[in-house]
Amino acid sequence: MINEVLARIQSGLPGACVELVNNPSPSGQHSLLVNPKDALAVAGFLRDDPELLFDFASNVSGVDWPPKKVKETIVRKETVDGAEKEIKETVERDVPGCLEVVYHLYSVARKTGPLTLRMRTADRGSNVALPSLTPVWKSADFQEREVYDLFGIRFEGHPDLRRILMWDEYADHPMRKDYVAPDDFEYEPTPHDEILERVKARAATPGEDA
Amino acid sequence: MSQLPADITIGGFSDANTLDVSLGPQHPSTHGVFRMNVTLEGETVVKLKPVFGYLHRNHEKIAEGNSYLAAMPYTDRLDYICPLTNNWAYAVAVEKLAGLEVAERAEYIRVIVGELTRLQNHTAFLGFILGDMGAWGTALMYAFREREKILDLFEALTGARMMCNYMRFGGCRCDLPPGWIEGARKIVDNFPAFLDEMEALLTGNEILLARLQGVAPLSGARAINGGMSGPVLRASGVDYDIRKADAYGVYSRFKFRVPRGEVGDCYDRFMLRVLEARESVAILKQAIDGLPGGPVINPKAKLRGFRPPAGEAYGRIESPKGELGFYVISDGSDRPYRFRIRPPSLINLTLLEELCVGTKIADVMVILGSIDIVLGEVDR
Repeated sequence: MINEVLARIQSGLPGACVELVNNPSPSGQHSLLVNPKDALAVAGFLRDDPELLFDFASNVSGVDWPPKKVKETIVRKETVDGAEKEIKETVERDVPGCLEVVYHLYSVARKTGPLTLRMRTADRGSNVALPSLTPVWKSADFQEREVYDLFGIRFEGHPDLRRILMWDEYADHPMRKDYVAPDDFEYEPTPHDEILERVKARAATPGEDA
Repeated sequence: MSQLPADITIGGFSDANTLDVSLGPQHPSTHGVFRMNVTLEGETVVKLKPVFGYLHRNHEKIAEGNSYLAAMPYTDRLDYICPLTNNWAYAVAVEKLAGLEVAERAEYIRVIVGELTRLQNHTAFLGFILGDMGAWGTALMYAFREREKILDLFEALTGARMMCNYMRFGGCRCDLPPGWIEGARKIVDNFPAFLDEMEALLTGNEILLARLQGVAPLSGARAINGGMSGPVLRASGVDYDIRKADAYGVYSRFKFRVPRGEVGDCYDRFMLRVLEARESVAILKQAIDGLPGGPVINPKAKLRGFRPPAGEAYGRIESPKGELGFYVISDGSDRPYRFRIRPPSLINLTLLEELCVGTKIADVMVILGSIDIVLGEVDR
């Protein structure tokens, strides 16, 4: 199904930057990776095109992919002492991290789905932004707020982007993989008992901010 | 007062004509710890901002730190009225992720306990919404009398009335105890009589009609765009039931109808639950009659050291509240890399403000009640 959807987008929206992301799982739910600058147009097309009609944005979730090192084996040919040899080398390559938003779309009218749509940020900084798809699907409203709250992705064009589950004064984004829980969750920190011990222990650890 | 952001008003007058009321979180009609900041002009709602998070414990983060199976008992605590359907939705997602077949007997048991869950959820709904309308106690006691019988069945099968932790990837935890299926059949056979009793008392009641009919109508197109699912979506006249659309499990083998509303007002949402309960009775009868023998769990399923191959899957079921889905990403290890719950209770509140603006403050509770939420799932 996903290939037909991709072909349909490419014929309907020439120039839109959409690529197929393969899913090795037995679920077979492959996804479409959309360039953020084309996302709103693609989303509108998916919703309104009479052959697609993905009118129901069911699920919106954030995913954090921290930077990682991938080991790769590279084979290169070299001439050593006149004889050509194959030399295998293990090279560590840095894969930059990103934050991802995944939309699961269904068509109520045509009873098809799920279509998985993804967008990626350029990096994992504290001020990353992606276009909001709430103008296309109202159902993304609270869910994008949740992704903003827990992952720290700003959604540009969102009508009411505020924290939803954590309180407004909270500074961090708990669903990021490198999140460290605070010593005390209370609004006005009042360390006591074992929490006080933890605060002391952390303050004593060199090279780490208390 | 008017300079403060919308969500931190504490109550008072924002200007000469309007009054800000902080409704909840400790309000008996909010079904838990849920708060709405309501701006009133006289008795009419002009603005309503829901405030979430009082029950937030970041279930998704907890699940990422534990094995796949260890998240199963946590799912009981999402929508604690319907633990078995929560188990089921999670099992469906992980089975998709791992490409795991489910034993046939287990599929039937899942349908039986899932539909019993729907019966007791909709029964509880009838009691709760009457409470929201001011019929405090009596209707709820009638409803809970029937619900207790079903919870007794759950206890006999799983050991717990509400925190069942019963499904496993590839099947169920244990087989039905002796005499259980006869007990279930008795309850199912007697259930239409209870629904008739409830309907005789309620559906034609003048006060109930006045409080529900024409209140907060919702069009089908708006409901779809707003992500409404389950009874709220179908009450708006949309023919969409995941049991039909996805036909997960063995639902394609059963004959049942999908009830729909006409105008999508509170009365349609109320009646839809009654009609849906009747269809559940029909499914239950077929499932109990057709229950096959055999193991209750796929012999290939691994309980310990379960490592699905790398990849991702989104699985969903028609829970009594709406579309309950789980999105799970595996990196090949024994813990989910990403674990996301698609909570119908939260997403069905997306249009709450639209539904409430223009109605009277007394209707807000009825509208909230007609959506049917559980805060354990809203806040996760």
